[in-house]
Amino acid sequence: MIFGLEFPPISHIVSWPDFLFEDTAFGINKVVLVYFFAAILTIGIFVLGNKKQAVPTGMQNLAEQSVEFIEDGIVMQTIGPDGLKWAPYLTSTFFFILFCNIFEIVPGIQMPATARIALPLLLALLAYVLYHGAGFIEHGPFGYIKHALIVPDIPIAMHLLVVPIEFVSKFLVQPFSHSVRLFANLLAGHILLVTFAVLTSALWTANWTAIFLPLPFLAVIFFTAFEILVSVLQAYVFTLLAGVYIGAAVSHEH
Amino acid sequence: MLLAEITDTGLAALTYGLGAIGPGIGIGYLVGQSVQAMARQPEAAGMVRTTMFLGIAFVEALALIGFVVFFLAQG
Repeated sequence: MIFGLEFPPISHIVSWPDFLFEDTAFGINKVVLVYFFAAILTIGIFVLGNKKQAVPTGMQNLAEQSVEFIEDGIVMQTIGPDGLKWAPYLTSTFFFILFCNIFEIVPGIQMPATARIALPLLLALLAYVLYHGAGFIEHGPFGYIKHALIVPDIPIAMHLLVVPIEFVSKFLVQPFSHSVRLFANLLAGHILLVTFAVLTSALWTANWTAIFLPLPFLAVIFFTAFEILVSVLQAYVFTLLAGVYIGAAVSHEH
Repeated sequence: MLLAEITDTGLAALTYGLGAIGPGIGIGYLVGQSVQAMARQPEAAGMVRTTMFLGIAFVEALALIGFVVFFLAQG
């Protein structure tokens, strides 16, 4: 016990117990509370920013700059000008993941909701359905298979190698890597912070080993700063890759 | 004389360590080339930076899949 606060047991890294509706499929635990708060914050920014002043101030300014960041930084770079209809989906994905991630360093809560595979997997499967669906609508069923699997401008014999690779990559592996990238980054950061925090509290003894106490403490400070960067970056990369996959599915070059 | 015994956890740790060599070299090379590109043409720095982040994400995913394999192989 340090200053009357208690560390949760280490098993909570991979599984928090439910405190409401236990043993049902709708059990509420700390991670579910973080989902709710992240969703409320995401919706809140854009509902509260929905004013119509000509010169934006306050919340409207924040909401408009967020949308412009997604439009200029992600949609224009990956899908092009006709991709602006994808901006709402990409904006909500980015901000939901950002708020879920940022709860990792909020004192007291310190639980990234994306450290459970369920949420990144759901978001990656949603993106999978959306970009393949958009490709099927844009090119027609056989046209889309041809567009996705056949790479232009390569020797004909190479197609024997390239088509299976493209099939496995686009239809089987992409949702897996898309979700595991986000999940493993956040889980690794969470485990790192927990390790150094537990080490700091364990060294707080009257033993000679207490001279090492500043080292894990500085490590916790540094890694918290690093986790801020990783949270924002992983949200950005997830959304950017969703944009890239959508762009690759609906593009009409060659 | 056996100095250490080979356990599941030991093999899993070795697996992750070997698997992190490739992405380490890859990301180092990638960021180095993008710094060079930004130095040659500073007005293209924004586009180079976006592509760099995209490349880092792809390469880092391999290292992180190795990290997940470590937890799966611990047995």
